[in-house]
Amino acid sequence: MDIQLLGITVLWVFLYGYLITASIDFGAGFFAYYGELTGRDHIINKIISRYLSPVWEVTNVFFVFFFVGLVGFFPDTAYYYGTALLVPGSIAIILLAIRGSFYAFGNYGAKKSRVYTFLYGVTGLLIPASLSTALTLSEGGFIEEVNGEVKFLAGELFSSFYSWSVVLLAIVSVLFISAAFLTYYASRANDEPALELLRKYALFWSAPTILSSILVFVALQQHNSVHFERTLDYAWFFIASLFCFLIATYLIFQRKRYGTAFIFVMLQFFFAFFGYGISHLPWILYDHITIYSGYTNETTGVYLVIAFIAGLCLLVPSLVLLMRLFLFDAEYVKGNKS
Amino acid sequence: MELDSAMLSRLLTSLTLGFHIIFATLGVGVPLLISLAEWIGIKRNDPYYTLLARRWARGFVVTVAVGVVTGTAIGLQLSLLWPNFMQLAGQVISLPLFLETFAFFFEAIFLGIYLYTWDRFKKPIYHWLISIPVVIGSTLSAVFISTVNAFMNSPQGFDMVDGVLTNIQPLAAMFNPATPTKVGHVVMSAYLTSAIVLAAITAFHMLKGKRSTYYRKALKLTMTAGFIFAIGTAVIGDFSGKYLAEYQPSKLAAAEWHFETSENADLVVGGFLNDETNEVKYGLVLPNFLSILAHGDPNAEVMGLDQVPEDEVPPLYIHYLFDGMVGIGMFLAALTFFFVIALRLKRFNTENKWFLRLIVLAGPLSVLAIEFGWIFSEVGRQPWILWDIMRTGHAATSANGVGWMFVLFLLLYIVLGTLCVTVLRKMFKTNPAENELEEIARKK
Ligand code: HDD
Ligand code: HEM
Ligand code: HEM
Repeated sequence: MDIQLLGITVLWVFLYGYLITASIDFGAGFFAYYGELTGRDHIINKIISRYLSPVWEVTNVFFVFFFVGLVGFFPDTAYYYGTALLVPGSIAIILLAIRGSFYAFGNYGAKKSRVYTFLYGVTGLLIPASLSTALTLSEGGFIEEVNGEVKFLAGELFSSFYSWSVVLLAIVSVLFISAAFLTYYASRANDEPALELLRKYALFWSAPTILSSILVFVALQQHNSVHFERTLDYAWFFIASLFCFLIATYLIFQRKRYGTAFIFVMLQFFFAFFGYGISHLPWILYDHITIYSGYTNETTGVYLVIAFIAGLCLLVPSLVLLMRLFLFDAEYVKGNKS
Repeated sequence: MELDSAMLSRLLTSLTLGFHIIFATLGVGVPLLISLAEWIGIKRNDPYYTLLARRWARGFVVTVAVGVVTGTAIGLQLSLLWPNFMQLAGQVISLPLFLETFAFFFEAIFLGIYLYTWDRFKKPIYHWLISIPVVIGSTLSAVFISTVNAFMNSPQGFDMVDGVLTNIQPLAAMFNPATPTKVGHVVMSAYLTSAIVLAAITAFHMLKGKRSTYYRKALKLTMTAGFIFAIGTAVIGDFSGKYLAEYQPSKLAAAEWHFETSENADLVVGGFLNDETNEVKYGLVLPNFLSILAHGDPNAEVMGLDQVPEDEVPPLYIHYLFDGMVGIGMFLAALTFFFVIALRLKRFNTENKWFLRLIVLAGPLSVLAIEFGWIFSEVGRQPWILWDIMRTGHAATSANGVGWMFVLFLLLYIVLGTLCVTVLRKMFKTNPAENELEEIARKK
């Protein structure tokens, strides 16, 4: 494997990590708000806050890691995306800032306020929508370079069928992943009412994830037929993804083994996400940057990889400790330990 | 002043960084003090110190959140506002930026564990051990980001051939001549500011009549630590001056209004500048002091602004910022020194109203010193974004809409700042230390 490929793989793994952890967080925000609207907040909010309180900062770092690493390995991305994304990127930052700080204000600070929950819920859907546009842009056709000046074609983006299909998929997936995880968490906590409710949410959002991914394929074929053809070469990724989805949904439907079910949800997105990523290569941004043209110099690349391996040796045991204390410690999950 | 994309990008960067560093500084220093308090609590089996650690940690959760979100903002803004700079410099300095994210990761994981496991371990010392990675992680984030900033002041570790970077050595870039003083001064001043801010909060409560042992111990810990850090900050600050004299003499000359290269250079404190004649009025002149600050020798020659091309002279208002920072530094050192001596001699009442008022005042002043220091250092680097290599104006984005983004972010920070203060005040009002102190008393 050449170093460029290694670099993008590492970054993609972290983006996948963010996809899963952030989806849980984003979806939880929406469910908390929806719960409050329908008077069911007392059922699920305890579960949500017990899981989220210790880990939300970690979720954020996954994201920071991804974009710092991307600019590190492929400095050209800073140039193209940086120029093009000024406005949408800034809006996404503001949403992220509101969400993160309001979570802390509401949860650790004084008593809950309706405004906090509202913002927390709404940003949970808006952020995935706005972040997903970065992936949309990578398909090309929305960024133009004329006389050395990078221009972002916002009109194209807003009128593109492909772009909206990706937004739809992002939102639906967030809700599905989150509900599937929280179902598992509630079952660990032996919290029957929460389990029932969350299981219903998970089942409700299951079919739409598949339907919207099909929609994305259709739209991709129109928007970037080269990439679409390439996805067919890697069709087995997407078939595996569908297979995992069916197992997960079956298990949740049968009220069996929610933990295994969630692992299959993770696999479902793993296969889809990596299938998408591999078929996208070598392009980072269609027609402008490939992983070879945008690559930093050899020396820096090697140092980054060394730093990454050293860092991983530190992180993996720490993450395992975190999960053992807050995810797999049945007493904590049940709320018997502070 | 023309409000083009470059100017607006500078304003927006200043805004975000100016806001982030307040919380980042506390994020570096407060974990150390929490850890210190918890450790003393365990060592002396003194529940007051343990309670201190707990209450500080509770407030810290809120400021950390603001630190994290504003840090994420500046991290992304670097690429959004300075795409040309990141494309070029990113080749060299991505290593420390990348390492910084590992430090964040490390800190975030253990902070999560630390905050939610107070009563989970059989031995309290295990819980204290978890604070160590938090302290290391947050200090390392400051170290790594400071090496990036040091690189901007003193770039090395590459060759520039026709605008293309070759022969790149990331480690040489990270460990450039500015790194030791930059890193040392930033970390030490962060510890200092955190100690002083916590002392100020304590003094504020004591002024309101809460004078129990709990507050006395808090004041003793924070002021004593503050004394050590104040000395450290001043000593490393002196080294920073010597660094400037050698590597960025025009920054020093601008800060000191030193117009003509001369030996036995005098230091001017304060004063007003006549723009036409470059004469200083009403300044306090300390003979030979500038030579001492710059080279440690009263006879040494110090370069003046006469040697600097006109379009490379930084704005001269940084003089006031430098004086402000040093003045506050002296004040903090004197205040904490006096406290430590008074505590030893036991002859002077440290709970004197006026003394407590001075401590309260020191809190905001120390934060102001951080702002002064950074603005001085960054504006003093102008017109360069990369010293002697890339001009700030050439690094900025060409995109439209920066002005609107500035307005949006300004609103965001006003909301975040206000809410942060409100939430913290409410939090400690609804659950005052007295409630928890009673519990301790009952257990005894
Ligand atoms: C509580 C905060 C604080 C205090 C009391 C001081 N400083 Fe400072 N200073 C900083 C906080 C700071 C800072 C915010 O951390 C800076 C900005 C950039 C940097 O490297 O550190 C800084 C920069 C800075 C620089 C510029 C370095 C550069 O641009 O590369 C010099 C020469 C000094 N300081 C010198 C001093 C001296 C002689 C002090 C005497 C007491 C002093 N500082 C007190
Ligand atoms: C260009 C300048 C800077 C950038 C790009 C930057 C970037 C960031 C980012 C991305 C985060 C969020 C990390 C997370 O998700 O946990 C953050 C937080 C943090 N930053 Fe900054 N930062 C800058 C300046 C500084 C400085 C000067 C310091 C130290 C004095 C500092 C210390 C911290 C600390 C300790 C945190 C952790 C959050 C907290 O404890 O408040 N940063 N920064
Ligand atoms: C790679 C990262 C950085 C870039 C590209 C950068 C660039 C800039 C630029 C161009 C300015 C405007 C100066 C002016 O208008 O006169 C500025 C200001 C400032 N920077 Fe940096 N800087 C970086 C790192 C840092 C770090 C690490 C800190 C520490 C927290 C920092 C703190 C500040 C502050 C406080 C100002 C405000 C000065 C003012 O009010 O104009 N910067 N920065």
